[in-house]
Amino acid sequence: MISHDVLVVGGGLAGLAAALSSDPRLSVAIISRVHPLRSHSVAAQGGINAALGNNPAGRDDNWEKHAFDTIKGSDYLADQDAAELMCRLAPATIYELEHLGVPFSRFPGGVIAQRPFGGAGFPRTCYAADRTGMVILHSLYEQSLKKQAKVYAEWLVAGLVVEDGKCCGLIVYDLTTGEVFPVRARAVIFATGGYGRVYLRTTNAYINHGSGIGIAYRAGIPLKDMEFVQYHPTSLYGKNILITEGARGEGGYLINNKGTRFMADYAPATMELAPRDIVARSIQTEIDHGNGFENEYVHLDLRHLGEKKINKRLPAVREICIKFAGLDPVRTPIPIQPAQHYSMGGIDVDVRCATAVGGFYAAGECACVSVHGANRLGGNSLLDTVVFGKIAGREASAFIQGGGSAPGGERALADEAERTKAKINEWSRRDSGTKAHELLNRLKVVMSGDVGMFRTRKGLEKAIAEIRSIREDYGHVSLGGRCFRYSQVLVNIIEFDYMLDLTEVIALGALNREETRGSHYRLDFKERDDRNWLKHTLVTLEGGKPRISYKDVALGKYVPQARTY
Amino acid sequence: MRFDPQVDQFPYFEEFPFEAAGKKSVLEALMEIRNNQDGTLAFRYSCREAICGACAMVIDGKFDLACRTMVEALNTSVIIVEPLPNLEIQKDLVVDMSPFWEAVSRIGPYLFSGDQPEGGYRIEDKEMEKIEQYTNCILCACCYSVCPVVARDQRYVGAAALAKLCRFVQDPRDKRPYPRLAEVNAQGGVWSCDTVLRCNEVCPKSVRPADGIEALRRKLLIEKLKRVFRKRP
Repeated sequence: MISHDVLVVGGGLAGLAAALSSDPRLSVAIISRVHPLRSHSVAAQGGINAALGNNPAGRDDNWEKHAFDTIKGSDYLADQDAAELMCRLAPATIYELEHLGVPFSRFPGGVIAQRPFGGAGFPRTCYAADRTGMVILHSLYEQSLKKQAKVYAEWLVAGLVVEDGKCCGLIVYDLTTGEVFPVRARAVIFATGGYGRVYLRTTNAYINHGSGIGIAYRAGIPLKDMEFVQYHPTSLYGKNILITEGARGEGGYLINNKGTRFMADYAPATMELAPRDIVARSIQTEIDHGNGFENEYVHLDLRHLGEKKINKRLPAVREICIKFAGLDPVRTPIPIQPAQHYSMGGIDVDVRCATAVGGFYAAGECACVSVHGANRLGGNSLLDTVVFGKIAGREASAFIQGGGSAPGGERALADEAERTKAKINEWSRRDSGTKAHELLNRLKVVMSGDVGMFRTRKGLEKAIAEIRSIREDYGHVSLGGRCFRYSQVLVNIIEFDYMLDLTEVIALGALNREETRGSHYRLDFKERDDRNWLKHTLVTLEGGKPRISYKDVALGKYVPQARTY
Repeated sequence: MRFDPQVDQFPYFEEFPFEAAGKKSVLEALMEIRNNQDGTLAFRYSCREAICGACAMVIDGKFDLACRTMVEALNTSVIIVEPLPNLEIQKDLVVDMSPFWEAVSRIGPYLFSGDQPEGGYRIEDKEMEKIEQYTNCILCACCYSVCPVVARDQRYVGAAALAKLCRFVQDPRDKRPYPRLAEVNAQGGVWSCDTVLRCNEVCPKSVRPADGIEALRRKLLIEKLKRVFRKRP
């Protein structure tokens, strides 16, 4: 049986940061369902926040102000100690990335350039044009080559094995050989990313099924604040490819079919640079009120920035528009609409990235510390992945060195692998049956329709019933063939099981939270209710059923106030 | 093109009907075919926005990413989709990328950092602009696959690896010792390139990797001359 001290699942930013910060004396390996460079982190465009004060307009910035913006942006649901930790570590994190080779854009004088972003009091988003995620991912991957980190690419994790409250390893489906087998580990770090593909419109990559979150849930670990789903205001109409918030940070306007900058009606002080939940809802409201184009989109107008600035600061946005929409933003406004973008919720972890299961850690989008609360600010997710990825790597190493890991577990691992194989055989023997992609389409329709940007009790109840009915049909799913090598269909079937779990948890959390906070907008409860709801939702699988409980938010010096922009 | 080396003796072509409605990419077409016609059709994909580099293949003879190639733009009734050449086929359109990754890791593809100033480096933007061309590389392996030198000599590290090396050599932060650079002065390095520039032609990110090879050659010559003159009494 393959065995490692630390297994990191996911080769994106959080996963690579975790692997690189694990103790080099331990045997560490990364498992990823794609080659690490194909991870979704690569698609992050606009930048990474840190209060460096390099922008002339940001001289008075400091990490406390960054923390305040983050907490206010979260609609006060972020744990203040966690948000402060992340923002305090941010400047050193940026310099560390720079020392590892990240080619940040520069200001005159040679310092790292910083641009304004939504919900931020100062321009503090460091960037490399509009390819920030890509250059950081490549730099961390380069470091993993330098350190000769072990990477198992194109392995899908199909299950997590826990014995006596301690994690002992994983079940893996190896796409390259088609085999299923257990892998033993003394500590496991999940950095498996988000679940955007449970929605019809998402900026996420095709691979973002979110099964990692479901796998942890199935192993008995609570999921936290899953009802908070971020919609990005500006995705390219048609393909829903991300058009960075940096486009507005550089001065882009949002325009409706009357030719007006409608954000003046919603966030007069910050206009296009209000936080994402507010801008996304404003755009959708304009479209719903007949002020959009073709009842589908509004315009993001960059023309006044000029060709030179667009080429310098937003070259990838221009390339995407030309290639995928056949229009040049230098001459034509970009048709945009909101699309699912990010999960604020995730696997319940503390500031050390530890979970309720000994030896099991999580970091990045799949985890919920919580630093983003009910709404994440743009530029904070890359920061989250690197800061907490590193913490996870160090903490998992310390856990092993402190003698905390479970011995053995081989029996339980082998048994679980056999169970997984039996399931796969059943799927492949079934000649006719439901197809996973048809079920996924049904799930997407219900999630987008009833668990989307605007929610009601009636819709959420309907959604939960429909998700449970899809689960019944999942019982008859068929693989259609016995070839298991490079079978994305098999990947989809394995992951779909967990997608049903996590979508049910999202809908349940949303149904129970009878208030509006950040991205969670209830048409039947339009106000924030701090007296009853300033708390985290926890959903735990117990006896095959979800159990809801709540946990207090770690408050601090920032007292909840009305959130106006 | 279909091929399962565990079953088939030779690769073969199989035709799938596909109705292109709207602005569909070749990747979307492949996914629909897999979903509705043949679940065993194998190909790689991830971001669908031409930034991850997973879906490089040969489409109607052109090396490109399937996600950014639009069906209607091909303007043809039959689209021929083939796996990247110069790499072994694992299944259908999935090739074994390991020789490519090994070539990239051979050149020391990371920053050899010298001093690490606490408050960050001071680097003018024009210095960063010089390497931007190369930092745009997404390592999709189009250039490696199209290269006639790689086809006949597997020792050649290929254009992407050399462009990456150039990216570091021209980075003012990089303090690579000369012997590490001189590794590409040997067989399989910069002099293997035939300068047929197919790499520049096919690159989906306009990296122009051959510029990097050219720059490395110049750098190596200058370094050599410096060394010759320094040795004089």
